[in-house]
Formats: sequence, structure tokens, C-alpha cells
Amino acid sequence: MTLVKTTYNRRSFLKSSVLAGGGIMLGFSWLASCKPTPEQIMKMPKEWFKLNGYLKIGDNGLVTIMSPNPEGGQNVKTSMPMIVAEELDIDWKEVIVEQAPLDTDAFTRQFIGGSQAIRRSWEPLRMAGAAARHMLRQAASQTWQVPIEEITTEAGVLHHKDSDRSIGYGELASAAAQIPVPEEIELKDINDFKIIGTSCKNVDGLKIVTGKPLFGFDTDREGMLIAMIVHPPAFGLKLKSVDDSAVRNMPGIKDIFTIKVFNDGYEKAFFDTRTFNELAVIVGNSTWEVMNAKKALKIECEPIESTTETRDRFGNKWEQHTPAGLESTTDHHTQMEEMAANSGEVRRKDGDPEAAFKRAVKIVESTFTAPFLAHNCMEPMNFFADVTDEKAELIGPLQKPELTEQTLSVRLGLPIENIDIQMTRLGGGYGRRSYAHWLVEAALISQKMNAPIKLIYTREDDMTDGIYRPAYHAKFRAGLDSENNLIAFHVKAGGIPESPLAANRFPAGTIDNYLAEDWTIDSNLTVGSFRAPRSNFMASSEQSFLDEVAEAAGKDPIDFRLELLDRAIKNPVGENNDYEAGRYAGVLNLVKEKSNWGNKDSNVYRGVSAYFCHNSYAAQVLDMVINNGQPMVQKVTCALDCGIIINPDAATNLAEGGIVDGIGNALYGELTFKDGVPEKNNFDTYRMIRMSEVPREIDVHFVQNDIDPTGLGEPTFPPIFAAVANALYKATGRRHYRQPFITDKTTLALS
Amino acid sequence: MATFNLNINGKIQEVEVDPSTPILWVLRDQLNLVGTKYGCGIAQCGSCTIHVGGIAVHSCQLTVSAVGNQEIITIEGLSENGDHPVQKAWLEHDVYQCGYCQPGQIMTAAALLKNNPNPSDEVIDATMNGNICRCGTYTRIKKAIKTAAKSENV
Repeated sequence: MTLVKTTYNRRSFLKSSVLAGGGIMLGFSWLASCKPTPEQIMKMPKEWFKLNGYLKIGDNGLVTIMSPNPEGGQNVKTSMPMIVAEELDIDWKEVIVEQAPLDTDAFTRQFIGGSQAIRRSWEPLRMAGAAARHMLRQAASQTWQVPIEEITTEAGVLHHKDSDRSIGYGELASAAAQIPVPEEIELKDINDFKIIGTSCKNVDGLKIVTGKPLFGFDTDREGMLIAMIVHPPAFGLKLKSVDDSAVRNMPGIKDIFTIKVFNDGYEKAFFDTRTFNELAVIVGNSTWEVMNAKKALKIECEPIESTTETRDRFGNKWEQHTPAGLESTTDHHTQMEEMAANSGEVRRKDGDPEAAFKRAVKIVESTFTAPFLAHNCMEPMNFFADVTDEKAELIGPLQKPELTEQTLSVRLGLPIENIDIQMTRLGGGYGRRSYAHWLVEAALISQKMNAPIKLIYTREDDMTDGIYRPAYHAKFRAGLDSENNLIAFHVKAGGIPESPLAANRFPAGTIDNYLAEDWTIDSNLTVGSFRAPRSNFMASSEQSFLDEVAEAAGKDPIDFRLELLDRAIKNPVGENNDYEAGRYAGVLNLVKEKSNWGNKDSNVYRGVSAYFCHNSYAAQVLDMVINNGQPMVQKVTCALDCGIIINPDAATNLAEGGIVDGIGNALYGELTFKDGVPEKNNFDTYRMIRMSEVPREIDVHFVQNDIDPTGLGEPTFPPIFAAVANALYKATGRRHYRQPFITDKTTLALS
Repeated sequence: MATFNLNINGKIQEVEVDPSTPILWVLRDQLNLVGTKYGCGIAQCGSCTIHVGGIAVHSCQLTVSAVGNQEIITIEGLSENGDHPVQKAWLEHDVYQCGYCQPGQIMTAAALLKNNPNPSDEVIDATMNGNICRCGTYTRIKKAIKTAAKSENV
């Protein structure tokens, strides 16, 4: 049992607003208040009693739990309410889940990002459930005139064993709602968990399979118009003029105009990135009519000038330089090679690497590259806005509503209290939907039209609009002595326009002589957060390189890593090593065991990789076979350490997703540019992984421990790229240094 | 603009739209049937899959004028209560992550099993290759299809 102080804002424990009828919360979105299941309809209570911002209890014992964070496929909408339900001590069958709106008083960090949702909300969620349980016990104590210590609970029923009395939560909910919030709460012992650790089904499952409106794209409102943007065809250009003569009289078209997304002089926060600040906008009655108008609209563009602007990264300022020019991928390659040939900025140095390299008997040196990637969420960017001079109502998919709200407040000149953001289910986020720009665009369009509008991006808009995963480059050098000990290690990494380097990650701390440096090249291509930013490249290059070094040392790749980690456990180099070597070794040992690593089947080509990022440890073994002369991924075995698992099947699903996403991007993912124009703008040219190309089997194992839960949205993604590369080496005899690894478009290479 | 009488999910619905309008947008904008999704507009991703005359088709490229009086089934009409064997299998395996592609996946799978009640892995691969799942739930989709194939009224 843990005792914690209730530390968060008291306003989150608003007292009972006694709500009659079917349980509609304040300010609640029509999309999320879809009808409950038939069983739940039959059981709707006459009254709801709100015990705190997270939950309300009906007079018949039904419980509504608010899920605070945006839901984009990570299934926090199931696992977060599970945590509340656990500490409340109710039967999961009695729970209805509703999506909470943005409410910075009631909830903390309503974000998708960094794989932090469960980790950061673990305690607040538990406190919410435990506090409500305490209030119910207090109410029972008062009703029965017995000490609270004698009141126990079991699955929604309060008991006083000595006097053989019982009462359901529903009957006492009204009284409980009057009880003051306790100063201190007892949390359950983790060994007593009944709901956490079970695979509760996705709370939106039935709605998903029956096509209910769930996504921003599905938003509908009386009088709503459809809006679409037109942006310049190339990075390095800006809008000069619009010729709407062909479009003005097209059927269904209401208006054509231009908008300026951010005002001059506005200091853009981290998620305010916007490539094309001036946009043409078309507004009409229906999607097809506006799409036709979009095709017919003529715009004229002119080159941008180089600019430097101050930007804000959570309080820290940085200068962003955007060069003029029309950039091409071929030039990028040349520029990166030039930068890599010179010294970078030293980020970490242990010992004397150059002296160590001089006395090394064997030196291994390799260079790795990876291209820009588009996020390609299945649901293209969109947002609904109904904005007047006084207030703004916005509905749609986004990852950082609290930050976006601040951006909107400044841009629209409206106080935050007058801005209401409802979060729909996201058809994928992956970092792209952390950005504010399309909400600003939707709001400006609605203001101009004086009407509710739904802004939608076509797939082409979505793929050519920027905010990509950067292009990266990394050069590695390793020195071995005559005993095949790794005595020197040097990584020089860079990117357009950001460096991927994390200088304090493994293998730093395991080698006496270590040098990490980096560089960047400015670009007018915009970039942004993409599933495991920076890690998604560093893991692939570093884990591939370690495979080469292990081979040069004549060592098994897993044993080679374990030896290094052993050094980090017993006698680490330096103090600033960003990983726990014991846990890192733990996942390697688990994947070694579960993949039957020692078994040598000459027809199976195996690659191993491991990484620590976003607080969780992942190790993977990927098995390739050759089928009709083509390499095919047969199986992936994955070991994960992310602490306590809330929902094992949901965790497995998410882990599998990161693996499949990584295989696809490693093999096929690529966005190239010619004179500023993205050379791909839809799925006919931008290749995504498909059913026939995924592993026949994915086997996920979790390290069982009592460590507080950490995230899974990102950790399985970075290492799998190298597992692919290392298996490909075994299968083809060639090292693969440049992503994507398959560039032949005409054959499904894995079939 | 022209008037069309469309047979959708067992009901005749009258719409007035431009004949070149893809049936996807007629469903979503005129009839408020938003279960069928837009993912690419060029028949590459399968999010827009519906049944026309019993065949799975990409509704983003089928114009309303080409439908005639063929019967259209959308995800909303696949079953009364979400109890089509494919839907039940999806629920059993908790297939989805973001869920956006899943109506299209389900419609393609349902059409497959109607014509081929016990498909091999190769046939499942080839048929489902037209449906992209960006979240990577493919292994679950395949397991769910096999579960649905085992049930009786496919």
C-alpha cells in the first residue's frame, strides 16, 4: 500500500453537479457522446454524481470515467480509465468511457508525444480512483456510524464485515460527492491489481467496426462549409497572387481568398512550424465541388528570401535560419558528405580517441544515411472551426491541445477561456498532429466566412506540406586491439536541418576512448517530430554499425553488446550515461532466450538490434528467409522492458505496430525533392508496407517487474531498422547503409 | 447536377449531385454515411472500400453516374448490430489501433470471404494488399480473417 498526498489542483475535484438523465458531461462533444452499448443503455441511471474531474457514478452503480489524453491508436482511452477503475475498485463491466475535452484545471499533460501518457499520468489517475473510493468509504462510515478503517470494498460494493452490511457505490454516490477531498490517499498494492494487467478490450471497438463517426474528418454541423488550401508547389516559394477567375463561378463555390497563418513578428513556439505562411483558400458546399475548384485554381509564386527568426522551445530560444533557394535531394547528399568530412561540434569526449585509434590493430568505419520521411497518417490533416469575434469552438484531431490553444489565443486575439477544443479520435498522430497550423488556418477561415467550416487536406496536400522527419547522416569509426577489445569509438552525426545525435546513449559509458560530434545543414524544408525523433535514425545506424564491429571482433552480436553493458554495470566510463545497463542487458538476454538465438538454421538469416529511448528498453531479433529469390521477413521476436504493463494485449498491439512501421520505413520509406518540389505526393509513388510484406509472426515478450510504467508508442520503432539491415546482411552478403533498403519499385521485394 | 436514386444498405436514397462525383463523397457529404473513409483519392489505400453488387470497390474512383441501380453496401450496412462474422472477429482480436483504415479492411475481408470462404495465406495477402494500415495491425487483420472464415454464416 502506498500513501500519496493529493497534490494536484483542487478544482479537479469539483463537487457533485447532480446531472439528470443520460450522463452528458459539461461541454461535451457530440462525437464522443455516441450511444453506449445496448447493455449500457438498459442500465442508464436516473442521476449521475461527479466525484472528481475523472469520474462520475450513477445512482445504479454505473461509472463514467473520462479519458483525459487524446487517443490516436495507442489505446490510452482504454488503459487510462483502467487505472482509475482499478483504484476505485469497480467491475470493469460497469464502466463507460468518455473522451475528456481539453481542461487544464482538471487534467495534466493532455498530450500525445514522447510516449509519456501512462508514465506521467500513472499517479494522477490512481489518485483519482483512490480518492473517490475513499470518499465512498467515508460516506459508508458516516451512514453506518462505524470507523472508516472497518469499511472494505469489492468491485463496486462497500462492506462492513463485522455487522454484515453491504451497499453498492451507486446508492452512496450522492453522499460520497459531498465528502471533502482527502489530504492523503492510500493506493493499492500492485500485487492486488485486478484490472491492471488484464487485456480489457478497446473501448471504441464496436464504434470502429461499425463505422460510427469518430474522427475529425467525420465532423458534421448544420450550415458547415468545406474549406481547402492551395499552397505553393515547391519549398522555397511563397504565394504571390491568386487567379480565381476560372473558379469563382464553379458550382458550390462560396469564396476564394488568401490567409496569412501567422502575423509578421510572431515568435513561433516549437509546434508552430509552418512552411507556407500565405495560403490560398477555397470554400464551398461539398468536398467534391471544392476539390474540383482546387484543381482549377491558378496561383503565382515567387522565391522566398532567406530569413532568420527567433523561435521558442519551451522557454529556450533558438535562431532558425531558413535559406532561400530550391533544394534537391542530390544536392543534399553532396552537402552532407562535405559536412561529414569536416569536424563537427564535439558533444562528448572520453579518454584520448585519436591516440587509441593510432594503436588499434583493426579499424571499422562506415557511413549511414536516411532520407526525409512523410508521416502519412491515414487520416489526412483536418479541423473543424466555428469562430466569431468573441469565441472559438474547434473540433478535430490534435496531439497538443494545451499548446495549440495558446497559439490560437494569440493569433485570434481571444482569451483562452473563450476557446473550446474538443479532441476527436486521431486517425494516426505520429508527431505530425502536434502542430498548430491547420487549427489556425481553420479558425481564420471560419472567421472570414462567419460560418462553421471543416478544413480538410487532400492526401497530396498532406504529403507535400512539410514538417517531415529530417534527412540524416552518420559516420562511425571503431578501433579494436589485438585481443579484439573495443578501445576506441567515434560517431559523427548530422542532419538536414537537425542533428540526430544523443551523445550519452549506449555505447557511451562502455568504451574508454569515445568521441561524439555533430553538425547541421539549414534548409527551407520544414521538419518536425516523427515517431521517436532522432532515435529513429541513430538506433538504425548505431545498431547496424555495432553488428559490423562485432563481426570484425569475431564475436556474437548479442554477446558483444552484453560484454559492453557488463562494463557499464561494473565500471562505467563517465557519469552521464543515459541508460540503465542492467535493464538494457535484461532485454537482450530475454530476446536471446525467446528467439532461440543459438539455433542455427541455415535458411534463416537473423539480425539483432536493441535500443533505449522514451524510458523503455527494446531488443529485437528479426528472421529473414529467401522466397523465390527475394528476402522476406518471416518473424520478429521482441523483448520489452516498460515496467508495469497496464493492458498486455493492447501493449502487444502497439509494440507490433512500431515493428511493422519500422520495417516499412526501413525498406521503402523515402521522400525526395527536385528543385524544391516533393517528388512523391500520394501512395502510388510513396511506398507503404502492405499485408504481404509484414512478418508472418511477431512475438512480443515483456520483462516482468514492479517498475512504474513507461511508454510504448515509440520504443519498438527505432531498433527494428537495424534488425532489418543486419538480417539483410546475412541474407544477401551485403551491408545496407542507405535507407530505404529496397528501391526497386516494380517488384514487391518481400513476397 | 442530376438526380440519382441509389440503393444503399437496403434503402433507396435520392441525391442530387454532379454525375462525376465519386460515390465516396455522395456517401459522406450527401448521406452522412461517414464510415467509408478518404485516405488517398486514387484507389491506392483501400480506406474507401464499399460493396457494389457484392464486389469490393474503391468508392473514391467510382462515380455516382456509374452505379446505376446496383446494390451498395457500406460499413454501416454490413450488419444490424456489428455482428457480421468479420466484425465479430475484429472485436475478438481487438485488431485496431487508430481505427481509420478498419472499415475499409473489414469491407475487403467480408467480400473476400463471401467469394472464398476458406482463403489461403497467399490469397489473403494478395486481396488485402490493397488496404494500407499505417499503424501496422496487419498480423491481427490476418488472424481475424481466419477466425471469421471458421465461423458459419460468412
